[in-house]
Amino acid sequence: MRRDRLSVIAASTVLGLTALLLWQALASGQPAGRGIPGPMAVAVTAGHMLANPFYNNGPNDKGIGLQFAASLGRLAVGWTVASLVAIMGGVVLGLSPTLYRAVNPYVQVLKPVSPLAWMPLFLYTIKDSSQSAILVIFMSSLWPTLANTAFGVATIRRDYLNVAAILQLTWWRRLMTVILPAAAPAIVAGLRISIGSAWVAIVAAEMLIGGTGIGYFVWNEWNNLALTSVIFAILAIGLIGVLLDAGLSRLARRLAYIE
Amino acid sequence: MSAEGDVTRARLAEAAERAIGLAVLGGRHGRREFIERVGAATAGAALASVFPMRAVQALAQEKPGPLEKRDLKIGFIPITCATPIIMAEPMGFYKKQGLNVQVLKASSWAMIRDISINGETDATHMLSPMPLAISLGVGSQSVPYVMPAVENINGQAITLHIKHKGVKSAAEMKGFKFGVPFDYSMHNFLLRYVLAEDGVDPDRDVQIRAVPPPEMVANLRAGNLDGYLAPDPFNQRAVFEGVGFIYMLSKDIWPGHPCCAFAAKREFADKMPNTFKATLLSILDATQYARDRSHRKEIAAAIAPRNFLNQPVEVLEQVLTGVFPDGLGNNRNVPDRIDFDPFPYQSMAVWILTQLKRWGYLKTDVSYRKIADEVFLAAGCREAMRALGQKAPDGNAVKHTFALGKTRVFDPDRPEEYLKSFAISRA
Repeated sequence: MRRDRLSVIAASTVLGLTALLLWQALASGQPAGRGIPGPMAVAVTAGHMLANPFYNNGPNDKGIGLQFAASLGRLAVGWTVASLVAIMGGVVLGLSPTLYRAVNPYVQVLKPVSPLAWMPLFLYTIKDSSQSAILVIFMSSLWPTLANTAFGVATIRRDYLNVAAILQLTWWRRLMTVILPAAAPAIVAGLRISIGSAWVAIVAAEMLIGGTGIGYFVWNEWNNLALTSVIFAILAIGLIGVLLDAGLSRLARRLAYIE
Repeated sequence: MSAEGDVTRARLAEAAERAIGLAVLGGRHGRREFIERVGAATAGAALASVFPMRAVQALAQEKPGPLEKRDLKIGFIPITCATPIIMAEPMGFYKKQGLNVQVLKASSWAMIRDISINGETDATHMLSPMPLAISLGVGSQSVPYVMPAVENINGQAITLHIKHKGVKSAAEMKGFKFGVPFDYSMHNFLLRYVLAEDGVDPDRDVQIRAVPPPEMVANLRAGNLDGYLAPDPFNQRAVFEGVGFIYMLSKDIWPGHPCCAFAAKREFADKMPNTFKATLLSILDATQYARDRSHRKEIAAAIAPRNFLNQPVEVLEQVLTGVFPDGLGNNRNVPDRIDFDPFPYQSMAVWILTQLKRWGYLKTDVSYRKIADEVFLAAGCREAMRALGQKAPDGNAVKHTFALGKTRVFDPDRPEEYLKSFAISRA
């Protein structure tokens, strides 16, 4: 087991280093100031940005830490609200096969719509760009959790529900002690997918609305064709995505059970 | 406040109202007749409903009353056209009028429109056709806007991809993919004008799409666009990056054409006339400062940081001073490449309306004069400019002369004839 792990780490490191070297070779083959900046240039930019992540030079120029804080704040609100709605909706749909089949066509139509497509509609109706961005997150994190919860609840072993009925549990206790725990692994899997897609959507949404957030940061640096900052932002966005997923995967391991 | 001051103010307000009555209802005779029929109070109310009366009254007052709101947000797109709006923050022109203004960078003209309509900004940088189009409800929900000042004149260019170096006339541009910042922009209308004059139908022979200015250079580099008629610094930036060359400056199409503007919802002007006036004074003051070429380098340095344009100072200097490489190996010196002149001639608005009509954006018949009167606050701007001791033109409209095209002179009194003179038209 341990040996296995060591060889994985070794292979991973070798792959990473090779990619870095290739990148450096590709970048240094080009005249300065043209083409893709190399890893060294990106590292220098990263150093500058991380040295002072929380500076605030007014509404259009804030440190990288503040940008990420703004994005994560939006993500937290949008994803949490969407998750609550999706879990409630999913339980209802999962318990009633008829309702599930009735609602399913609509969900299928709405699910593949890019959450960004809602943006103009939200801007028009809500009349607030920041809330519209949060609603985009809401839309992007709604469907995976809804579908997974409905599936998880629908596939709970009948025995559990029958026992709950025999014990004459109130609906609240049935929900809290039988349904949700039994469906928990499926629900958490949905939450994991949805936080990933929400994180993907927030960057694009912020590029549209401007203001603060990591998406706006990428857009603003693009505007100046400052590719080192854009590459640094891409790496940082990826890293934070990994951390978000790791948090939920830890939760998933805790909630897993063996039937 | 002295009683005497009150009387003067009341008289000024009355004079302003009379002047507007004259302008809107067409002469003394028309006004008298109108008032006899409906009564003076009703006439006033009827006028106020179509005309930003309170705003103009406020602009006519010599000493503005107390500010209704001190902390304002003003939206902008990071382009050199917005120079007066942006520089007024770091260089203290808003503070001088007692305002605490935050300028907010927006990512596209659609966002500028939506956050302004939604009230997230109090006043805003716009393309000069936008307040007209929005007031008419063309390409937008219909919200009455006022535009008391133009920001810049000239200052745009047609930039082509470096691979089109050999192109000498618009006739060779058939099949090109062009970018313009927005449908309702001078850029769109000037590009269409240039193409159509050389017999290229802008709707059939080329593709014109709206691309937010900051995304243009990247699209040109990627070959996604063959060229664009865009605001600076993105023409000069394309030269700086070695991906494009400046084919034609917009001043060589229509010398002195308006481009960007300072605008606000009429509601803002009506509800907060004093604040509205103070912002206009700041803008006019900054515009005057930007007009002086000896200030241009200092201004380039003030608006270059990440908070504002986020561009290399070198590029901004080349744009603002008019000393620049054109991407074809020539160094050019064009002092009026961009200039700043705030006066919103209503004849400019009439020209824009004819083009909205020409290209089928505006499908109904409207009174050009009336819309121009309501949106382009020429009289108000004149009063405010004079209050600052600046020179302002006496007339609200002039004939405009183009540098290219078959019909060179645009007479604002004959818009329909002008419209009919074009071979390519959707009207």
